[in-house]
Amino acid sequence: MKSITQLALGTAVAVGVAFSGLATTAAQAEDSNYVPLLTYRTGPFAASGIHIANGMHDYLKMLNERDGGIGGVKLELEECETGYNAQKGVECYEATKGKGALVYNPYSTGITLQLIPKAGVDKIPVLSMGYGLSAAAVGSVFPWVFNVPDTYWDGASVVIKYIGEQEGGLDNLKGKKIGYIFLDAGYGREPIPLLEQLSEKYGFELMQYPVGVKEMQNQSSQWLNVRRDRPDYMVMWGWGAMNPTAIKEAVKIRFPMDKFIGVWWSAGDDDAAAGGDGAKGYKAMNFSGVGSDFPALDDIKKHVVDAGLSSTDAETIGGTLYNRGVLNSVIIAEGIRTAQELTGKKVITGEDMRMGLEALNLDEARLKELGLSGFAHPMKVTCDDHAGSHPVFIQEWDGSQWRQASGWIEPMTDVVRPLLEAAAAEYAEKNAPWPARTEPCPN
Amino acid sequence: MLYDIFIDPFVQMYDMPDFFLQVLWEGFVAGILYALIALGFVLIFKASGVFNFAQGIMVVFAGLTLVGLNENGVPAYLALALTIGAMGILAYGVERVVMRPLVNQPDIILLMATIGLTYFLIGFGEFVFGGEPKQMITEELGLPTGSTAIEFGDRGLVILQHIDIAAAVIAVLMVAALGIFFNKTRIGRALRAVADDHQAALSVGISLNQIWAIVWFAAGLVALATGIMWGARSDVSFALEIVAFKALPVLILGGFTSIPGAIVGGLIIGFGEKIGELYWGGLVGGGIESWLAYIIALIFLLFRPQGLFGERIIERV
Repeated sequence: MKSITQLALGTAVAVGVAFSGLATTAAQAEDSNYVPLLTYRTGPFAASGIHIANGMHDYLKMLNERDGGIGGVKLELEECETGYNAQKGVECYEATKGKGALVYNPYSTGITLQLIPKAGVDKIPVLSMGYGLSAAAVGSVFPWVFNVPDTYWDGASVVIKYIGEQEGGLDNLKGKKIGYIFLDAGYGREPIPLLEQLSEKYGFELMQYPVGVKEMQNQSSQWLNVRRDRPDYMVMWGWGAMNPTAIKEAVKIRFPMDKFIGVWWSAGDDDAAAGGDGAKGYKAMNFSGVGSDFPALDDIKKHVVDAGLSSTDAETIGGTLYNRGVLNSVIIAEGIRTAQELTGKKVITGEDMRMGLEALNLDEARLKELGLSGFAHPMKVTCDDHAGSHPVFIQEWDGSQWRQASGWIEPMTDVVRPLLEAAAAEYAEKNAPWPARTEPCPN
Repeated sequence: MLYDIFIDPFVQMYDMPDFFLQVLWEGFVAGILYALIALGFVLIFKASGVFNFAQGIMVVFAGLTLVGLNENGVPAYLALALTIGAMGILAYGVERVVMRPLVNQPDIILLMATIGLTYFLIGFGEFVFGGEPKQMITEELGLPTGSTAIEFGDRGLVILQHIDIAAAVIAVLMVAALGIFFNKTRIGRALRAVADDHQAALSVGISLNQIWAIVWFAAGLVALATGIMWGARSDVSFALEIVAFKALPVLILGGFTSIPGAIVGGLIIGFGEKIGELYWGGLVGGGIESWLAYIIALIFLLFRPQGLFGERIIERV
């Protein structure tokens, strides 16, 4: 009898707690906009993930502290640790989507691929800024996914274009060898179809060097292969612990660092610094600001970091990956602001957010207004193009910091766009019945 | 196809002898480092019959403690001494909190306990040191950096990293010291007794607790050496934990109870995977290194199920 009483009491308490939780969520939803942040501050990819997480968190927190949120409504931020693990990422998604989530930033191509089919069902957009499924740029097939400002295929085309410029023209790539070292996961394999197409078009030989997740810190075989094959250039799609190890190995085999170019995710300050003096000249693509000389970053320091509201070390503000996280949150914030303008509502839903992201127009004037003039290339999303194929620049490591080493380089949209459309159609076919777009276009 | 498999790799070795020597050197260094990791597993398995799942995270923990102390202003050599002390405290703590209450429990229980220990150390390490990668304090510890290129006239060159040479020397010294300690001392004999039968060892007056603490401390020292060497090659981060599992095929090959087995197994795997990847990997698109080690180990197992130097266990029923 006693145990039955205890069971009944326990159940009553549990139900009470559950209902009070729901009540709290409902109350929160009435006066705030809820933004879950899927981040990873632990595990093998924390080296990159921490800076991104800090940047994302700090910008949104700064808006809360400085402006009282967006449109007079505070942002409710909640981080969920994914460890860059697709299963944990989905768990985070499921645990937070019921709280009125406006948008998800998976920061993992693997997690993004898992969330793409869920986005349209749950009516919560996915923002995979500069990563994820390239084909998701086709808004007519993927109305709920946004990969502004660029897809991996845009990036791959930029790097080949840049190498072509170094060689005096794309026609001079004929007979050259370009090595591609990549994390052997969905992320690293994503640009291969485009690189193969460009290899065929321009006559260069593409040599592939996959690095398994378990081999990230043990790349001597890959780099011995590089030494034997003697590629003219090396391109890297690395993340986490893979990046510093690759740069160290490149230094070790005396590969000319000015001919070693990483994607924007292989552009961390820690990554390059690991190579010591030998890493001077290493290059990487980038689409977010270099350095901390921006008024918005000063505000972050003043209102968030110095106020003890963040786990960011003040010295890391302005680092490449930190700034990338900031840019990610700028896009979130502008998406919310645009959605508020479009709907006239202060507290918005995931569906409103989708409209806001689809109508995003971050022009130079707005960037200046945000205190981020020159921090990113102006970017615009359309209903048909969710990436926008925006220009990218090349930065170079000078031994202690990154410096911009090129102007803005346009991706080869003439090559990339038809491939994106074909890939989107193929995805829809493979995942039939993929729903036809019914969402209205705000543009 | 047959030419690519049976002839071409050897032609390549002859045509580019400098590259072949470089591959052998890299294989040797990798083998030594694998052997170091395997050694940590062997020490604990010998003493307690436990596969120490936490060996990988002990490598990370030791490396992070060393670098973390130095970052906080502790001079490098003092940080090294304090890290050795920390590994001693860890060994004592593991013996008191994990091993002692589980005396004479089935092996699977002890394995589960080391898995628990792994997650504790991950959480504790991240709590204390954060998740950011750290640069190994190679120069501060007086370890050599830079490289030497040995030229072979017009036939190319072999590049030897000084840190790799140091790794080889330290590994050899460490193995020799452990070999002497466990084979020539009273504690070594006590260790073998404990490995055979906990209760029998207790009945003849061997202090199980003392032996376990010593062995975990020795495994901690091996983890520290491994953390320094691997950390110098890439960086010190939680990703290093994954590298530790490279020791599994080494253990299968060399046997779980043999120190010479760990060394020879490490070298066979090191040479085998580098030569396999560099000369045959291209035939299947590369990236064979991660599973080739297991294939090599399995081939050996077909002929010696107990591993190269493992003890043949005969149980009478």
